[in-house]
Amino acid sequence: MVASSNGRAAVLVDGCRIPFQRSGTGYVDLSAYDMARMVLKGLFTRTGFDAAEVERVIMGCVVQNVETSNVAREAALAAGVPNHVPAFTVTMACISSNQAVTSGVDLIRGGIADVVVAGGTETLSDPPIQVKRSVRKRLFKAQKAKSPGDYLQLLKGLRPSDVVPEAPSIAEFSTGEVMGESADKLAAMFDVSREEQDEYGLLTHKRSAEAQADGRLQKELVPASPPPDFEPINSDNTIRADSTMEKLSSLSPVFVKPFGTVTAGNSSPLTDGASATLLMSEDRTRAEGFEPIGYLRDYVYVAQDPGDELLLGPAYAIPKLLNKAGLSIADIDVFELHEAFAGQVLAVLAALRSESFARNNLNQSNPAGEIPMDKLNTRGGSVSLGHPFGATGARLVTTAANRLHEEDGELALLSACAAGGQGVAMLIERA
Amino acid sequence: MSEVSFSIDTEELRITVDDGVATIWIDQPDKRINTISHDTLDAIEQALNAIDQEPQVRATVFISGKKDSFIAGADINMLKELKDPSDVRALTFRAHDLLQRVKDSPKPSVAAINGACMGGGLEMTLGCDYRIATTHSKTKMALPEVQLGILPSGGGTQYLPRLVGIQQALQMMLTGKNIYPKKAKRIGLVDALIHPPGLHQAAQRAALQLADGDLKPDRSLKSLTDRLLESNPYSRKIIYTKALERTEKETKGNYPAPAKIVDAVRTGMEEGLEAGIRREAELQSELLFTSESKALVSLFFAKQEADKNPYADEARPVQRIAVLGAGLMGAGIAQVSSVNGVDSLLKDQSFEMASRGRKQIWKNLSKEVDKGIRSQFERDQILERVQPVDSYDDLHAADVVIEAVPEDLDLKRQVIAHLEEVVSPECVIASNTSALPITEIAEGAKHPQRFIGMHYFSPVPKMPLLEIITTEQTNETTLATAYAAGIKQGKTVVVVNDGPGFYTTRILALYMNEALLLLDEGASFEKVDEAMEKWGFPMGPFELFDLVGIDVGAKITDVMESRIPDDAFQISRIAERLAAQGLAGQKTKKGFYTYSGEGTSLDKEEANDGIYDVIASSGQASFASSMVQERLGLMMVNQAVACLDDGILKNVTDGDLAAVFGLGYPPFQGGPFRYVDTEGAASIVGRLEQLERKHGPRFAPARGLLELAERCGSFHA
Repeated sequence: MVASSNGRAAVLVDGCRIPFQRSGTGYVDLSAYDMARMVLKGLFTRTGFDAAEVERVIMGCVVQNVETSNVAREAALAAGVPNHVPAFTVTMACISSNQAVTSGVDLIRGGIADVVVAGGTETLSDPPIQVKRSVRKRLFKAQKAKSPGDYLQLLKGLRPSDVVPEAPSIAEFSTGEVMGESADKLAAMFDVSREEQDEYGLLTHKRSAEAQADGRLQKELVPASPPPDFEPINSDNTIRADSTMEKLSSLSPVFVKPFGTVTAGNSSPLTDGASATLLMSEDRTRAEGFEPIGYLRDYVYVAQDPGDELLLGPAYAIPKLLNKAGLSIADIDVFELHEAFAGQVLAVLAALRSESFARNNLNQSNPAGEIPMDKLNTRGGSVSLGHPFGATGARLVTTAANRLHEEDGELALLSACAAGGQGVAMLIERA
Repeated sequence: MSEVSFSIDTEELRITVDDGVATIWIDQPDKRINTISHDTLDAIEQALNAIDQEPQVRATVFISGKKDSFIAGADINMLKELKDPSDVRALTFRAHDLLQRVKDSPKPSVAAINGACMGGGLEMTLGCDYRIATTHSKTKMALPEVQLGILPSGGGTQYLPRLVGIQQALQMMLTGKNIYPKKAKRIGLVDALIHPPGLHQAAQRAALQLADGDLKPDRSLKSLTDRLLESNPYSRKIIYTKALERTEKETKGNYPAPAKIVDAVRTGMEEGLEAGIRREAELQSELLFTSESKALVSLFFAKQEADKNPYADEARPVQRIAVLGAGLMGAGIAQVSSVNGVDSLLKDQSFEMASRGRKQIWKNLSKEVDKGIRSQFERDQILERVQPVDSYDDLHAADVVIEAVPEDLDLKRQVIAHLEEVVSPECVIASNTSALPITEIAEGAKHPQRFIGMHYFSPVPKMPLLEIITTEQTNETTLATAYAAGIKQGKTVVVVNDGPGFYTTRILALYMNEALLLLDEGASFEKVDEAMEKWGFPMGPFELFDLVGIDVGAKITDVMESRIPDDAFQISRIAERLAAQGLAGQKTKKGFYTYSGEGTSLDKEEANDGIYDVIASSGQASFASSMVQERLGLMMVNQAVACLDDGILKNVTDGDLAAVFGLGYPPFQGGPFRYVDTEGAASIVGRLEQLERKHGPRFAPARGLLELAERCGSFHA
């Protein structure tokens, strides 16, 4: 395997998340900052690690609240991380907390830090609502208004429709395309049928339900008891254990009507949640007496055309990383793939085994190959567990590493797509 | 910096000069804070003389050389040295002259305030032409003299109403409450606000502008209604009358200072400054030698002393406190820990129950957020320091564990056994109980030397006292560490030896029992409550029963009865009977009174006369309120002395402090021991003997009282 470098290899000591909740449910009164401080405090409590020893806190977050735009810093302070520990927030759409983790890996490998906390947080229950640009301009001028006459002048020409606020949509800025439409289009490009998508959706929910029942998910959770009622939240409420093909096939498409194939049943739901990992240099881990879960060996990021290949990042990132490490799919024991949509996952799998995709898009003669379903997302994925944009990446890292122990493997590969046509793949070795 | 130099002979302050502005830096040597003593007054006088004679200086700035503290008030030791009323008048006139001197100086002056600016310190700034305060969280202004039973006599009763208006001034002087920067600006107590680093320069600029005539502060009252009300003698009269009425209602006539403050203000505003100044000095010379003031001053010193850990060198660090039981008490203990920066683990049987304790903390803190006392962020930060847990294993890293599980000996012993398995060998294990003897709880403990009692008072965030109970086996490190934990939690700590009900519960329980006996004899509980409020308690014994829970009261009686060897005590069964009827007090919204509202802040509605049927008593028998006060008051006082006799109390100061801060014993009396000193031991013995003849041996004077009466001594030096 990749040689470790003088004790500066980055290891995952532990990772956790607060239970993921469908937006508008358990965390409806919380902001991303609230969830982030909860998960950070949970991580410190669970590991018993002294927050004063942390050298950097990095959090991913996508839908930013202007009050806490560096949410990592505010959450770290609230969670009891001392003032002297710098914190920053990264954003890279759905792979924001992958970026948080790999930034931590870079700091550790580069000898800049020995201990980094990396994670992510997201609420989709409370997206920031904007008033229209024309009104914002008036409001800006209003700061300088003094007399009643000034205010009257500002109101002149204002129509009632101007003051209707605008909620952000999950659409590409550069193309205007809603993400669900892209997924629908991608599934069609790779001939993924509605039925196949529903079957995958069913499978992933079933796997999550099993993992929830047998305690595999529980190990990664720190319970939350959010204000104002402080009712404890101990498990994910996104999993539909009672789903059936009949139910799934009866759902109407939501993005491309009436003939599209992407439905609420085969998509990841809008979700609130937060995740965190404790990363250390190998030497420091030994000195502290921690038993790490995995070595964060390598990673790649890729980017394509956000119009045609918005969610196809893994189909590029996985072969690139395997090539870089001199590995093949057969060498990997655990695959953990982000599921924005069932159709997107199946399209990526199709691309990976496609000779024409390998030739035309990757400029290589052979495709990466077939990822065996029994090694892929054995606890389900974002379709069943939910997808708080900023928090999913760190969940993938923790889960992939823990699965190596559960499933007795040596190497794990995780990959995820992101808005903007970007993607990531990471390689984790069991420790 | 300065080419101008002054020959002043003092270490109290130094003077620098910049661009025509002299700055007087008050910076007393070897002291953390500045106070006003004779030396300070001398020094300021010298400085003013020097500055007046220096033609290059056009204006003056007063500022403190201390970090985050302006002037904390008069040096209380100086006040203690005043021997008779003429001394008081002399000192007061001296302060007045100095203030007038600052005011009359042709060179304008600016007070630059950062940190606490209290009492005499604030009065000094009233002589200046302009005041600037910083927005620092430690900056606060107050005239707290009333809390010591005296009035602000450095001109405060005269110049404050002239600056902020009569109503605001009375409010400040009658409550002694802190005024924070924003409010100070709003009411005109200061003219401008700035951040601490810019304070000195801003004050210098303001001073120059005043000298140039470019700055003319607006001195009209900020509130239009205040301006209207205070503009004519008729409505002013209403203000004084209302203030007196309110004062009378709150103090029941037990505190002489508030009425005299109103008097001084009224004289000054209606008859002129000269008359007011004389009146202020006159009234202060009367107040300073009252027993009330002496009692309050001695409490002040005792509290200051108790807020220092005498065993600090022995204490182990307290970084993490674990609390078992997330009920009202447990959550309260976790709250005061985390508010003061200590991480706390709140354990209960389930995560859900532990979370409920956290909810209580969040609600309490959210109220403070609503009032602007803290920010939302501070609330979150405090809340994250409280970790709810449901297993003993989670407590392994605690430095101090305080169990606050229900008052049941077996349960507490079980909990201790569990704890001993998980905590470190050095961890202090404490029981929070109001009556169970600590020695009995510790029986069977593997390491009784690290076991101690920590008796908190409900509601914990509001009640200032912590009574620490040691057993014969408790070692010094354990005591020191528990003390350190209490200090960290912001508590005033007293240490007592173990015994039935320790100190506070014992004297309270027998006082409450006496109230129940009165009820048995046909007294009206409302009348008894009234009498004891008049005596000076914040609430009467029956309202207190409702607050702590009649069932809890019954249980305490039970515990006490089985452990008091003396059969002199006649124990009333009323509490037990009421509790059996489901009348528990506030928690059932019905006890001696009925209550409305939700949560912890209930409103008292009316007396529950149904009580008399349950106990088969009339409530009609007439008892003189002085008789009620005598029986209840002396029962408590006599028991306090008995605690000293029995070696439960280590000294009388602890006894006074704990009674006042833990039980609401009337502060103007200074505590049970101070009360004996004021009344005379022989008189108390005589009165107790009278009660003994009439009501039986439970009133037999304590040994310590008899001895003291014998040698005509007093408890306090």
